Amino acid sequence: METTKVIEVEGLVKKFGSFVANDHLTFDVYKGEIFGFLGANGAGKTTAIRILCGLSRPTAGKVMVAGIDAARQPEEIKKRIGYMSQRFSLYEDLTVTENIELYGGIYGMTMKEIRPRIAELLDRLDFTGHADTLIGSLPLGLRQKLAFAVAVFHNPGIVFLDEPTSGVDPITRRQFWEMIYETAAAGITIFVTTHYMDEAEYCDRVTIMNEGRIVALDTPSALRKQYGTSSVEELFVKITRPQRERI
Amino acid sequence: MKRLMAFIRKEFLHIFRDYRTLIILFGLPAAQILIFGYAVRTDITNAGIAVLDNSRDEVSRDLILKLDASEFFDIKYYLNSYDEIDPAFRKGVIKAAVVFPEDMAARLTREGNATVSIIADGSEANNANLVAGYTSAILNEYSAGMTKAVTSSMPVINTDVRMFFNPNLESHFMFVPGVITLILILISALMTSVTIVREKEFGSMEVLLVSPLKPWQIIVGKVTPYFFLSLVDVIVILLMAWFVFGLPVRGSIALLISECMLYILLGLSIGTLVSTVARKMENAIFISFLGLMLPSLLLSGFIFPIENMPKIYDIVSLFLPPRWFVEIIRAIMIKGAGISYVWKETLVLVAMTLFFMVLSARKFKLRLEEGGK
Repeated sequence: METTKVIEVEGLVKKFGSFVANDHLTFDVYKGEIFGFLGANGAGKTTAIRILCGLSRPTAGKVMVAGIDAARQPEEIKKRIGYMSQRFSLYEDLTVTENIELYGGIYGMTMKEIRPRIAELLDRLDFTGHADTLIGSLPLGLRQKLAFAVAVFHNPGIVFLDEPTSGVDPITRRQFWEMIYETAAAGITIFVTTHYMDEAEYCDRVTIMNEGRIVALDTPSALRKQYGTSSVEELFVKITRPQRERI
Repeated sequence: MKRLMAFIRKEFLHIFRDYRTLIILFGLPAAQILIFGYAVRTDITNAGIAVLDNSRDEVSRDLILKLDASEFFDIKYYLNSYDEIDPAFRKGVIKAAVVFPEDMAARLTREGNATVSIIADGSEANNANLVAGYTSAILNEYSAGMTKAVTSSMPVINTDVRMFFNPNLESHFMFVPGVITLILILISALMTSVTIVREKEFGSMEVLLVSPLKPWQIIVGKVTPYFFLSLVDVIVILLMAWFVFGLPVRGSIALLISECMLYILLGLSIGTLVSTVARKMENAIFISFLGLMLPSLLLSGFIFPIENMPKIYDIVSLFLPPRWFVEIIRAIMIKGAGISYVWKETLVLVAMTLFFMVLSARKFKLRLEEGGK
């Protein structure tokens, strides 16, 4: 793995009034890495991702994404990243081609660049016959795979995947992860959040957040060894439960 | 700019792919014009009539053929005497009886005029007037044609009903400005608020915000198609008013369209504001309907004259855009007024537009900071 830092976060603090959503986060993400971002709901994951994507400004600390300062040039970050969320995968009333053209266009690609890449993409996904199919008539699994392909269509340096496999069957999840591996191998950094702990095992490194802080950050195997658990799931429960029971 | 174009294109695709949106966009304005138009001025087609031809010459025969051939009338009975008129009416099939005098052709050439009696069913006063008016119109048209053929003297066919053809044209056509007001608010405010909230509800707003599109571009991209489609609607309504109801725009069309554009902008900024408040599409529809549609319908002076309302409603309506807009449109369309006549109302609308634009822009920004929810 290369050691170019694609994301550098140092002492990131985000406050909403007196509530501290992110409490001095510090981590780096390297080029071509699959970086898992775990944490219970309300742990501060979403806040951190919003800052990394340039949607929200940090209260304090240094946040560099693709070499850009998130506090000063968030709009520049947006051009260099891809994003896919569980909730929304492509417009159902548009065809496969129209969706790709839309995102290509939004990311500043010209039709000349877009057209040949669509053909190539559909070919790669075994989707050739579906160019003019409405997204709404495709099964969810296919839509999610296509959504991922669209999220990296403009060749971003980093792609943020927010629970990309929610509600998808195991076989499609597997295929989805194969796509993630291929993409990472091509040098695109993957920043992924998930609720499936088995997926955490697929990541190069995982971060576990709890109550606004990073409580663990390492490769899955190193973390298992460190905490003496057999899986990341067990580890997750072990790390996050004490605090949660306090509440 | 290219990014924005890609986004606007997508918005158009959404609209043209959803037949429900299309029905609201184009079916509704047409339906409203027709409903309001005919509710006020029930047109006649194929109204049953009876004819009593005492003359039986070429002129009366021609006229009867003309009446029968017109789309307005359908001759149900050919009567032989006056005694048959009353029973014919009682059967309820006919709306009028047309009685031709004896020796009509001869009288026309000899005396230069003849009188045709039109007996209409007075129990349906409105219909009676219409039938009488249409019959007279056909007879007059015929006599005008004769004038050309027989150049010597001018034969006149008199009708013994008064030509009662929409003497109060202005009040009858008040509905057209009202429909424009209603439709524009519906499309520009309601539909844009719904379409923006839909992006939030489906989660696509998140994806758009993460994209290089700037927030203002997202809003502009969402509302641009509705701006143009609203304008198309204005034109459709004006054309329908003209061709179907014969109501031309007396004032400047350019001024009328500019005022409509201003009002659409106002509607779009209100729609954007609603979208920042509403979390679900139903909320957006509810707010737009209660807050915009009902006031436009009830308090704009469109259906109920404001002068007849209690003072308090008069004052409330001063704060509602439709009231000002209806006044502007009426003045331009019906009175043929220019900008010098409506500049005060226009300024009020400009002020309202700026107010809502600033407010919705600030609200939208606030929402973004809070987490886009």
